[in-house]
Amino acid sequence: MAVDAVRAGSPLVGARRRLSAALWRRRWLKAALLLAPPLAAFIFVYLAALVSLFVSSFWSVDAFTGKLVHNWTLQNFHDLLHSNGTYLRIAARTIGIAAAVTITDALLAFPLAYFMARLAGQRARGLLFVLVLLPLWSSYLVRIYAWQTILSHNGALNWSLNRIGLPDANLAYTNWAMWIVFSYVWLPFMIIPVYAAVERIPDSLIEASGDLGARGWRTFRSVVLPLALPGVVAGSIFTFSLTLGDFITPLLVGGKSSSFIGNVVEDFIGINGNVPFSAAFATVPVLVMAVYLLIARKLGAFEAL
Amino acid sequence: MRRIRRVHVLVAVLAAALCVPALGAGGGSGLPTKIGKGEGSLNVIEWPAYADKSFANAFVQQTGCKIHRKDAGSSNQMVALMRTGGGGGGGQYDLVSASGDASLRLILGGDVQPVNINLIPSWKNFVSVFKSPAHNTVKGVHYGVSVQWGPNTLIYNTKKVKPAPTSWSALYSSKYKGKITVPNNPIQIADAALYLMKSKPSLGITDPYELNKSQFDAAVSLLKQQKKLLKRYWNYAADEITSIANGDVTIGATWPYQTLALQAKNVPVKEIIPSEGATGWADTWMLAKKAPHPNCAYLWMKYVTTPKVEAKQALVFGETPVNPKACPFMNKIEAGSCAKYHLNQPLSYYKRIHFWKTPVADCGNGSKDCMDYNAWQKAWAQITG
Repeated sequence: MAVDAVRAGSPLVGARRRLSAALWRRRWLKAALLLAPPLAAFIFVYLAALVSLFVSSFWSVDAFTGKLVHNWTLQNFHDLLHSNGTYLRIAARTIGIAAAVTITDALLAFPLAYFMARLAGQRARGLLFVLVLLPLWSSYLVRIYAWQTILSHNGALNWSLNRIGLPDANLAYTNWAMWIVFSYVWLPFMIIPVYAAVERIPDSLIEASGDLGARGWRTFRSVVLPLALPGVVAGSIFTFSLTLGDFITPLLVGGKSSSFIGNVVEDFIGINGNVPFSAAFATVPVLVMAVYLLIARKLGAFEAL
Repeated sequence: MRRIRRVHVLVAVLAAALCVPALGAGGGSGLPTKIGKGEGSLNVIEWPAYADKSFANAFVQQTGCKIHRKDAGSSNQMVALMRTGGGGGGGQYDLVSASGDASLRLILGGDVQPVNINLIPSWKNFVSVFKSPAHNTVKGVHYGVSVQWGPNTLIYNTKKVKPAPTSWSALYSSKYKGKITVPNNPIQIADAALYLMKSKPSLGITDPYELNKSQFDAAVSLLKQQKKLLKRYWNYAADEITSIANGDVTIGATWPYQTLALQAKNVPVKEIIPSEGATGWADTWMLAKKAPHPNCAYLWMKYVTTPKVEAKQALVFGETPVNPKACPFMNKIEAGSCAKYHLNQPLSYYKRIHFWKTPVADCGNGSKDCMDYNAWQKAWAQITG
């Protein structure tokens, strides 16, 4: 070894050579070294946070001082289920609107993505890409406030309706407003994966379908849709999970019955420092997403990402 | 061994030096007896503009305490901020401008420490109700110094709401269905209780913050009825301003701050304290348990309660000083403003204002059958959920 180092001219170069040789001989070591930093980050930041969340959901808070009490209890989960259905209603509202937003975005995104991928020319496609991504350049909050202005009583929507002789829509501060705003805000996250999936469909398959006598609709139903579905499901993971975890949109454009799971979590932590109850409620979206991702994997969404 | 011991001693001395503030320690109470030299820095959790540059810059020049502000949007956010980093302000914050619905929570949670009120010379001039109010003084121990207060008023659009309302019943009647807004805050239950105090005397409510089960249930069921009439609950002052300015809401519960902001925008609104009286907030500068700059904190509490500064702050924020000596200074800045903010009112006026305090189980009547804040918050979550 010492001879090696002398021959190389410097001990540093020798050490480097020895290291590279050792790594070459032990492939697993190389892989482990490469993966260690991201893996450590994943374990300590992500998994540790999830585990501590789960663990604290079995604790409680002293009503008098607001301090955590580290005694194991199922009280939080009991309260979730037995409070005149309040929290079940809020969970159902959150999941329901997330589902409605996902379906809306899928319906809106598919034709546009199809046009971009298969029909538009090079220039038009580039332009559409810019237009789809443009809203993401501005702050998410600004876009929500913009919708607040559009939907308000004296806003652009009612003004336009009145101009063509229709009555006010009164959408401001309702669940309809939340549905519209969510669908708008998350739409780009649906368009991009659907575009990627549609673009990957080989022309030859569509030609073959035509050669076998299938008309446009039949080709769409039997060839394009099944092949694009993983893209739609991949996009739906974004739209669904982003809606599921949001609490700002309900706060700003929601009405008197618009609380989401996120709002309850925020309220309980903010008002009482009641982390355990919030943690218990926060396990609901985690479970919902786990089930959702299992289904998505069955539908091949992860190959389309 | 010897070396290690010397290191230990050094560490201990250092720790002791850090722990004992530069304040002169008082006899047995542990309270400081004089304010030492400022530490050069002051970190506050404040309602926006509570340490506004228009009156705080002079303080910075006088004392050398550079102010770092953390604005909070709600009482809940204030409590949450004070409790991050292990509570007591996390060793980061010195002062918090807590309202009465938060102050008792901070005291019971051990997040704030007692202050020597004798170091705040203006205190002896305060309107008597603000000297040792229940929301910041527990068993004779002061946990901060009162600074300003304001009523929770009824705001209405003068063009849309006719005749002008005189009672809180306007917020519970179907006449303005779909055009009403109230704050998203569990302390709203007290507003319902205040209304029931007058409209349903048989319930026997004497203090809207001390409700037994049946009184509490009556207030909650009234609020559940009210929900059907609402447009929305407002979370931040700016939310309410937007909703009223855009015409989505024409009547609601508010603070004078929003009314002034809307009037400045030429929106036709007016506010009243209805015949039943009103709930009110009273804010206290409270000293964090782990305050890193206690001298600057005391200097600030001393400065901000002086008549001239009280007057300036009142007019910046739209609220009322606790120090009546501020009256002439207010009138100097804006003619008639002392009367406009009710600072010239007799003590009887304050009887109509029920100041926010955190509800606790012990009602003070010997029995412990009152609903505590936990119950208030859970009920509120069910009303709004």
